[in-house]
Amino acid sequence: MGMRRGGVGVGIVMQQAASAAVLGSQGAGGRARRARKSTRLGDQIFEAIVTGAGLLVLSLLGGIIVLLFIGGWPAFREFGFDFFASTEWDSVREKFGAVISVYGTLVTSIMAIVFAVPVAFGVAYFLTELAPEWLKRPIGIAIELLAAVPSIIYGMWGLFVLAPVIATYVQPPIQDLTMDIPILQDLFGGPAFGIGIFTAALILAIMILPFIAATMRDVFMQVPAIYKESAYGLGATKWEVVRNVVIPYTSSSVVGGIMLGLGRALGETMAVTFVIGNANAISPSVFATGNTIASVIALEFPEALQGSLKLSSLLALGFILFVISFIVLAASRFMLRPRLAK
Amino acid sequence: MALAAAAGLVLTIGTAAAQQITGAGATFPAPLYQKWGEAAEQPTGLKLNYQAIGSGGGINQITNRTVQFGATDANLTAERLGQANLFQFPTVLGSIVLVYNIPGVESGKLRLTGEIVADMYLGKIRRWNDPRLVELNRELTLPNLPIAPVYRADGSGTTFQFAGYLSIVSDEFKTSVGQGTSVPWKAGTGGRGNAGVAGIVRQTRGSIGYVEHAYAKQNNLAMAQLRNKAGRFVYPTEDTFQSSAAAADWLSDPTFGITLLDQQGENSWPIVAPTYILLPRNPTDVAASRNVMRFFDWAYGAEGDKLADELGYIPLPENVKNVVRQAWAREIKGPNGEAVWTGGGS
Repeated sequence: MGMRRGGVGVGIVMQQAASAAVLGSQGAGGRARRARKSTRLGDQIFEAIVTGAGLLVLSLLGGIIVLLFIGGWPAFREFGFDFFASTEWDSVREKFGAVISVYGTLVTSIMAIVFAVPVAFGVAYFLTELAPEWLKRPIGIAIELLAAVPSIIYGMWGLFVLAPVIATYVQPPIQDLTMDIPILQDLFGGPAFGIGIFTAALILAIMILPFIAATMRDVFMQVPAIYKESAYGLGATKWEVVRNVVIPYTSSSVVGGIMLGLGRALGETMAVTFVIGNANAISPSVFATGNTIASVIALEFPEALQGSLKLSSLLALGFILFVISFIVLAASRFMLRPRLAK
Repeated sequence: MALAAAAGLVLTIGTAAAQQITGAGATFPAPLYQKWGEAAEQPTGLKLNYQAIGSGGGINQITNRTVQFGATDANLTAERLGQANLFQFPTVLGSIVLVYNIPGVESGKLRLTGEIVADMYLGKIRRWNDPRLVELNRELTLPNLPIAPVYRADGSGTTFQFAGYLSIVSDEFKTSVGQGTSVPWKAGTGGRGNAGVAGIVRQTRGSIGYVEHAYAKQNNLAMAQLRNKAGRFVYPTEDTFQSSAAAADWLSDPTFGITLLDQQGENSWPIVAPTYILLPRNPTDVAASRNVMRFFDWAYGAEGDKLADELGYIPLPENVKNVVRQAWAREIKGPNGEAVWTGGGS
């Protein structure tokens, strides 16, 4: 996907360059000398504009990081390292720590990846290898539409439809099964609210599924047919072809695609806020309620007063989220690098 | 006469010439301000633009003077008002009720006390068949079901007042949780807004939550009785809210920052709270400031009260409104030192 995008981007740039050149030469009339000169001028203007656009993005990004850090500085100064080690979030006594929301953010996102990747893999493999032509397009479009559903819709659906189902049909049977097994009974324990870490992860999984599936489909299609046909020729089964040809060939791109999904899951706000339960607590149970950085910021921001330690702590949380997302995206670029460079 | 003529002129020019007043803040009174805005447009020629961004946001914006008035559910202290040079006055009262979902227990049947509710939210009373609950509700059969307390996850004035009430009735709640627009709850789960709390309560057997009365009434949620200061169990109705409003000593605090929680009175509902407007005491735009007061003067009138009643809010007692009107004339001065507000009747 990254590769294709890059290709299209380059194409557009080249078209613009060409049309700019054409415009320049038209303005110059018939004389070749002037035409050449103004082409150069047009070229320079064009170069300045596109450089400006590029730098604008870079300075925007830098500006956001710097502002978040400056905004969060009073909290970092007040709490020091404790901000990263404290589980407290007490607006009344103005004691703030990031541990619970960072934990909730990471756990929900990682669980979402665990749920989403096998399904995304199935979708991608089915679309590239097994699906008949007439079915490829409808399924492909359905996957893309899934990406277009607004996140508040997922949130409402999660709260009003999915949560009762989980509270009635998922959690109680699992609890009955694991009732007397030492570690598992804690892992699945707790009252059956239907909302919590597990439900949030499930919603996130559905939301990131299209991104991962689309990336996987695109890279699977790039596996040269001759490799697969050779393997089939040697008598390999479909699974063996996937296992030994497709996955090794595409593994770094696949991991990159997963990282993109992870990046999206980390920052998702609206849907998570609806279904995570918004409790400032860490529990061993996956069904327990919790919160994430994004949900805490969204919920507490409207009531944070200017100049308060709370506002500063929220901005500090934003900074932490930015850093986590940045690391994930950087890792994904790094993994996708071999494909992009080709 | 001149004023009447001016008002007539405004009417004939119509809404196109309406003057706009802008405010931002509390979400709790937002439906009412919206309604007041629509209804006041014809008689006053004022067009209200109110953004329900939350009390904290309202305080921030009026402190920066980016709006003409701010709205907050949690009253500001005299010190903070002084720092930002703001004047604070109440508009209406709201009340907060407890809603529950217990299989087999109808609305209005469950009896609770403040201490027991506090212990539920502290995680100390965990099951509905707890002896203390059973003793209060002898005629009910309470199930052996875990109690699931539900709170507002977003910072809100509703939480400010509810936690304030629990802090009054329970010392332990006061020391370990305290009062604020968002507080460190010890037990339960959070929903976003009244709708989020109500949604979770509806879906979770054994849950209890707190929402604004108007919201609970519109959505037919099961409401609990609560024991008031006089020791009587009351069911939340308009009468019990008015009883609280009448019992309060409004004039004891010049910033109107009195608490209406846990009031005296046989018939008083214990969780009633005012919501406030913040106005700059030194407005630079005198006309806008006067328009804001003109708007709320209209809202204090018969028509404003009627709309408040319809939406489940409680109008202020008449004597309180008059004290506020006098305070406008006394407290808010233009750059030339003259009173901006020169009395009602416009």
